[in-house]
Amino acid sequence: MNPLLTVHNLETSYGPVMALRGVSLSVPEGSIVTVLGGNGAGKTTLMRTLSGALAPRKGSVRYRSKRIDGMEPDRLVREGIVHVPEGREIFPFMSVAENLRMGAYARRDRSGWAAELELVNEYFPILAERRRQEAGTLSGGEQQMLAIARGLMARPALMLLDEPSLGLSPVLVSEIFTIIRRLNQEQGLTIVLVEQNARAALEVADHGYVLEIGRIVMDGPAERLMASEDIREFYLGRTSESSRGRRRWRRRKTWR
Amino acid sequence: MDTLQLLISGIANGCIYGLIALGFVLIYKASESVNFAQGDMMILGAFLAIALINTNQADLPFLLGLAIAGLSLGIFAYLLDSLLLRRVFGQPQLTMVILTIALGFVLRFVIGAIWGHDPVGLESPVAGQRLSLGALSVPVIDAVIIGTTVFLVAVLWLFFARTRLGLAMQASSQNQVAAYYMGIPVKRVVSLVWAMSGVMAAIAGVLFAAKGAVEPAAGLVFGIKAFAAAVIGGLGSLPGALAGGLLIGIMEPFAGRHLPSHLAQVFPYALMLLVLIIRPSGLFAQVRQKKV
Repeated sequence: MNPLLTVHNLETSYGPVMALRGVSLSVPEGSIVTVLGGNGAGKTTLMRTLSGALAPRKGSVRYRSKRIDGMEPDRLVREGIVHVPEGREIFPFMSVAENLRMGAYARRDRSGWAAELELVNEYFPILAERRRQEAGTLSGGEQQMLAIARGLMARPALMLLDEPSLGLSPVLVSEIFTIIRRLNQEQGLTIVLVEQNARAALEVADHGYVLEIGRIVMDGPAERLMASEDIREFYLGRTSESSRGRRRWRRRKTWR
Repeated sequence: MDTLQLLISGIANGCIYGLIALGFVLIYKASESVNFAQGDMMILGAFLAIALINTNQADLPFLLGLAIAGLSLGIFAYLLDSLLLRRVFGQPQLTMVILTIALGFVLRFVIGAIWGHDPVGLESPVAGQRLSLGALSVPVIDAVIIGTTVFLVAVLWLFFARTRLGLAMQASSQNQVAAYYMGIPVKRVVSLVWAMSGVMAAIAGVLFAAKGAVEPAAGLVFGIKAFAAAVIGGLGSLPGALAGGLLIGIMEPFAGRHLPSHLAQVFPYALMLLVLIIRPSGLFAQVRQKKV
């Protein structure tokens, strides 16, 4: 399949601090690609650079074989790239319906978003029930659903989904990830998913990248990453006993 | 009957304070800073209107002059934000506060240099006319002020609740980053909020100049009094700003009648202190913690 998004050697800094040190990855159309990594690995910086909120210092981003690095978010939303930020970031004093309307802000076809509203109601029936409620009064899980739904209103081809599991209970995490998988399979939505919850992410993803201190250190199909010793040790929290019984030392990462 | 007379005059004054306070709150919500030049922008609008409308000046029709003055102040405020204030974005809030205080001084002296420091009145079609209802006799201009304010508030309310741009302004003030991710051109939206509050300042200035007379120095007093009104109402709340303005406007003439004049002068600020002590976030505050 053709890559929808190709990132080549991307470097982004906050002033003198370099957060991305040459990241390259490729996102095939219709797939879910996950980027795993711990705190400060550069995951959110990567998402912000892809959605245009940060300008990269070097490297290129191609979307449908067009250069898009350095473009502003309002332009990219119209091109079909939408960023669902970490920590929900809904508009707390606006109603659910108004939040959704803001998701469609950049669209030129003012009337066409009725179809998306129907889609949202189908995937998130709870939001349809709470249409008139102030978004700040929703529960954490509902707010996350609203953030994703608001992103859908832009009718994206590519959704950049930053930590949808943040602060949610395991039941809600699996509910949200089920919806993510359905959106991918039923609507053909391509998703870049950034996660600390590696297990949940690898279960839905087709392909995974591991980001550490601004570099991609490993990548592969999700099943292979899931089976990899390194991933199991450092991201999944291995549960089985090793052959030597309880080890007293920390394994060295083999990719270093 | 006397009390009723004072009340109506107080409401009219309060409407003008309220309109300026609305300008304060609009800008506070958009830029998270206070524009201390708001009162001087009002006086600039008033003097522009005087220069356009008065018979010994350009002698334009009243409404045309009002429209040009309002539009000019709107453009002025838009450019002020997009060219000057944008440069201190990201600096501590105090930077912007000091910048707008300085801007107020500059405006005051520029207005004085162009139009002189004497009080001037605006000639309005309703000047000197009174509306008689039985024993009650109200200046027509007071009724016009109250009517205009009611109309403007209704328009503002519809604008923020119904239109795409109004909702985008709310969204940008509630969560700037998310608005940016949604493809809302936040910078332009913020500058448009400044433009709106510039137009409001001009309208308030015109109403005020038509009621009495303006002088360049009035901007400072008016700005600070309207700021007190905004604080009393709760600095983030539009209905609060209007209510605070009305409260000060209504209580002022009564304080002036029943208290010695030097005490009546400090009355609005004493009220602000009291509110800050009892309800620090204002009477109509919109406060809620973000859920994590």
